[in-house]
Amino acid sequence: MNPSLATKIGKLCLKNPVMVCSGTFGYGEEFQDFIDLKKLGALVTKTVTLFPRSGNPMPRTCETPAGLLNSIGLENPGLDVFLRDKLGFLKKTGVPIILSVASQGGIDEFIKIVDAVDAVKEIGAIELNISCPNVKPHVEKARHLISQDPQATYDLVRAVRKVTKKSLITKLSPNVTCIGDIALAAETAGSDAVSLINTLTGMSIDVNTRKSKIAAGVAGLSGPAIRPVAVKMVWETSRAVKIPVIGMGGIMDTASALEFFIAGASAVAIGTANFINPGVSIEIIDGIKQYLVENNMNDISLLRGSLQL
Amino acid sequence: MTMKKAMFQEKAQVVSNTAVAQNYYRMSLLSPMVAAEARPGQFIEVQVSQSGEPLLRRPFGVHAVNQRKQTVDILYEVRGKGTQALSEKKPGDFCDILGPLGNGFSIQNARCSILVAGGMGVAPLAYLAEKLARDKFSEQKAKNLVLIGCKTKRHIMCKKELEKFGYAVKISTDDGSLGFKGYVTDLLEKVLRVTRYKLPVTIYACGPKPMLKEVSRIAREKNISAQLSLEEHMACGIGACLGCVVKTTNGYKRVCKDGPVFEAGSLVW
Repeated sequence: MNPSLATKIGKLCLKNPVMVCSGTFGYGEEFQDFIDLKKLGALVTKTVTLFPRSGNPMPRTCETPAGLLNSIGLENPGLDVFLRDKLGFLKKTGVPIILSVASQGGIDEFIKIVDAVDAVKEIGAIELNISCPNVKPHVEKARHLISQDPQATYDLVRAVRKVTKKSLITKLSPNVTCIGDIALAAETAGSDAVSLINTLTGMSIDVNTRKSKIAAGVAGLSGPAIRPVAVKMVWETSRAVKIPVIGMGGIMDTASALEFFIAGASAVAIGTANFINPGVSIEIIDGIKQYLVENNMNDISLLRGSLQL
Repeated sequence: MTMKKAMFQEKAQVVSNTAVAQNYYRMSLLSPMVAAEARPGQFIEVQVSQSGEPLLRRPFGVHAVNQRKQTVDILYEVRGKGTQALSEKKPGDFCDILGPLGNGFSIQNARCSILVAGGMGVAPLAYLAEKLARDKFSEQKAKNLVLIGCKTKRHIMCKKELEKFGYAVKISTDDGSLGFKGYVTDLLEKVLRVTRYKLPVTIYACGPKPMLKEVSRIAREKNISAQLSLEEHMACGIGACLGCVVKTTNGYKRVCKDGPVFEAGSLVW
């Protein structure tokens, strides 16, 4: 038996449902010596903004029990440099590209980026990063991230939906009361999928200096520490919406990836684990296939939402 | 599109892992691919535990390479749970390593090379010293010197090895228990006042940030070229996460990928 791992996210057809998370994989180049990039289901780029961002001051990361706090602050070279210097390499690899985008200046900037890449056929989908906890909310004086407000999420997704036919994935924050409500707002506005979870906000303090171990103070927590939260939110969200859910948060190996499918995810993304084992995503693709064979399933979709209650 | 690989992931067997001073260990890893490529100033990322605790790999500068035995050595101080776990490895155990990572030192054809080591900074400089000795000494009448700064004489490492490579080694200790009493950067200033080191000099330095900042100031004042190897906590070590940046005259640069060695003049303190 050779089980099918093929998965559809909106119009984007993937040969397998294993992606790498935005912000953990650069624009692919850094990993080319370690893995065959085209084996990945898709590569989600480091978030691109319209203008370059220098990111947050150091220290930006700190290891915590079974986790990693980061406050990078969306450092990226900006759209023009991405298109000029980074996209070419990605195209050559043949891996499906999902472009992660964020805005410093409201909805207009999202629209400008989406417009600029609309004709690039290798970019198979756009991930709207409206949930990065390490940048100031895009609107002056706003108290919340877009993904912390169903109406703001709806308005943004709706506006972008109008200008592109590419598949849209809305990336959600776990730092909310009811993630299902936000997912529903994205779905209603025309998002083709939702991806979750972005990092959980957290803090770690050096008791000698009584300073936060992260220069920006607050940071986002990733790694196996957050996995149970992520699995639960994927389960909750997949019951709230009909569009595919891309699950992520502390996936370290095949077993932890399978949890997300059983909870209701159509695809998964690997983040922090890439830092520990650059080949982990490929191992997980092989591991999922083996699990399906052992459990006599000929298609990954049979596993989706198969949680026994 | 086949490009030659520059970095490798290897399951490296521990050949030896022995205490060389109180709390300091030297580990030798059988690692043919990394050993074949590693240049001075580059580093490896070691997975110290398979249990997930600690979660991240730990970066260590390449301390020595033996091409014939295909080994890469690291020198480390037990400071936290990562290095504690590493110190418990026995010969025959395996460590998953990534390497060689980063850009190393760019070896200059100077008449005089001064290597300035602060504490554990001696680890990568010892490998540089060996290469410099092999590549440069024979032809020219070059003067080469290593300055090692430590807390006390019990913290001094590699002195004998460096002398064996043909270096003059000068020591500074914070408490004056051996050599010059004071910081290694004070010793550097003293040395630079001596006539025979007024040849075209290149400084190579590795150590804590305040020391490197001082080396940078001295180099600027005396108009000497200096290459500094920075130490930083890292998440990925391969340039993907942007977690270990340093301010340069050209914006933030990644210590792990664009460094860890930087021209002193390019850094913004």
